[in-house]
Amino acid sequence: MATALMTAPTEISWVDRLRAEGAEGRAAVAELHALLLKAARFEVGRRAAELSHLRGGDQEDLAQQAADDALMAILRKLDEFRGESRFTTWAYKFALLEAAVKVRKRAWQGREIPLEDEAWSALADAGAPAGRGAEDAELFAALREEIERLGERQREVLVAVALNGVPIDVLADRLGSTRGALYKNLHDARRNLRVALAARGLRVGTGG
Amino acid sequence: MKPDEKRDAVLGRVLGPGEPELTCEQCFEELDRYVELTVAGEAADARIPGMRAHLDGCPACAEDFASLRDLVTKEGD
Repeated sequence: MATALMTAPTEISWVDRLRAEGAEGRAAVAELHALLLKAARFEVGRRAAELSHLRGGDQEDLAQQAADDALMAILRKLDEFRGESRFTTWAYKFALLEAAVKVRKRAWQGREIPLEDEAWSALADAGAPAGRGAEDAELFAALREEIERLGERQREVLVAVALNGVPIDVLADRLGSTRGALYKNLHDARRNLRVALAARGLRVGTGG
Repeated sequence: MKPDEKRDAVLGRVLGPGEPELTCEQCFEELDRYVELTVAGEAADARIPGMRAHLDGCPACAEDFASLRDLVTKEGD
């Protein structure tokens, strides 16, 4: 497999062909679009359960839009292809991302983001397994207190993504933000919670 | 899911991996290389430090990884 990780001539030729003028360039773009559409259909297909309310034609439209958007992104970012993977693997990730984001957003279209109260019941439910006793009760009670002490944005993201299962792309869309920015909020919230629990002398490991 | 598994899953989602990890942008940049290394059975986690922790902490990036891995595997069959 090591050969696949080197810059094989076919990988370079993909970039050259996509940059070519005239018929050669158009043919390469059409060939790439077909590959992206295949990848987008693959992603939409594996997420079909999330889209059970959509007609088959709508799912195909979604795959087509994902392939179109991925093609535009790839043509903008051709300079960033470093040849460290096959060109097709590099290209597929754009189509899969576009399709996954579109499916998540479509699945949440018209749905409200769950309220904090739902998160507290999920937390209480998770913290009440039989036989763990007072130590666990203290840990989960402290966790709720420390979550409530987080700054507004950190708490909002943590509660939605980690406790209420809202996809981060959907939340980013609603808040006018990006996955990366919200993940930074989530990461900082988690770090603050770990520090706060450790300061209380609480063990935060999982298992046993 | 058993109660203890649910407890650990919730704690894992709330507290995250608790170790150095890539950002979502870095994850996307490295995803194709990480997937090819993984599918080839090579030491992907040693070659791209912080990727495994990020995939453990970010459900969306973890789904992107699983999709690309499965598509590349299917293509290789």
